Amino acid sequence: MRYIALLMLLVAIPALAVDTEPPIPNAALQQRYELLTHQFRCLVCQNETIAESGAGLAADLRAQVRQQLIAGKTNEQIKQYMVARYGDFVLFKPPWQPNTWLLWGGPLLLLCIGALVVITVVRRKSQLVKTSPSEVNVDDLEP
Amino acid sequence: MKALLFLLPVGILVLLILLFWKGLYLNPSQVPSPLIGKPVPQFSLPGVGGTSASLTSADFKGHVSILNVWATWCIPCRDEQPELEKLAQQKVVTIYGLNYKDDADSAVQWLQSRGNPYAKDGYDPKGKVALNFGVYGVPETFVVDSYGIIRHKYIGPLTASLISTQLIPLVHELQQVSK
Repeated sequence: MRYIALLMLLVAIPALAVDTEPPIPNAALQQRYELLTHQFRCLVCQNETIAESGAGLAADLRAQVRQQLIAGKTNEQIKQYMVARYGDFVLFKPPWQPNTWLLWGGPLLLLCIGALVVITVVRRKSQLVKTSPSEVNVDDLEP
Repeated sequence: MKALLFLLPVGILVLLILLFWKGLYLNPSQVPSPLIGKPVPQFSLPGVGGTSASLTSADFKGHVSILNVWATWCIPCRDEQPELEKLAQQKVVTIYGLNYKDDADSAVQWLQSRGNPYAKDGYDPKGKVALNFGVYGVPETFVVDSYGIIRHKYIGPLTASLISTQLIPLVHELQQVSK
């Protein structure tokens, strides 16, 4: 138990906050800041959001989000600002548009194919059960 | 029906193999730029070290040019610099520089000791202009046509083969169009 606690402590060390800027005095803005910075990808270290990344670019982008929030920009405007410069890839959640239809619809499509396969197999098996062994004439069977 | 049931999974498997095969050769660090086909963002920067001429978005009109984003702290830029120098000597295209988040003294020293391939070199210590160009790594090189429209972006250092097989043909093509 003690070792597990120690292990957990070790694992927790790298999870220190990277955003060292003081919070925005306005609580509502700070909340939107947290929300937005967790939605944008840091392009240098692609699997991190700009809120989590220690890269210089992430700090620049956080500063942009902060400035634009204070300047009264909406979440949508800030998103457009990022996408105009870095493309859809900057968004952690891909938008719903023609080139992502397969991405979003793919799992549903696979589910439908799976369901179709299951239905066909079950139907065929149930037809096999209908012709139960007692009804089969032994003489009809091949030796 | 039997044949279809057999062929369908095989067909799906073949499609998936092709998809993953292609995926193996995609480079996720090369993010396509949404600025391709868009005009150069409006900007005006002082020259590096205050000695060279300033660089503005108006400089990109009237001739094909390339904009190289560089910094003295950028290790791959050291390999790229001699290639840019050779390209500058060929005089096929105007080369502009964008010095990114750098120290002015180091930048001036770099240009003096290694040579300066840039017709103009903008100094962007905070990376504010680079942000509007969607720069996320250094070096990056934009190819701009004579109307000031961004046509291509190279991410990572330009190499001798990249310049001769891709960059120069693209520049010639763009120069033909603008004639």
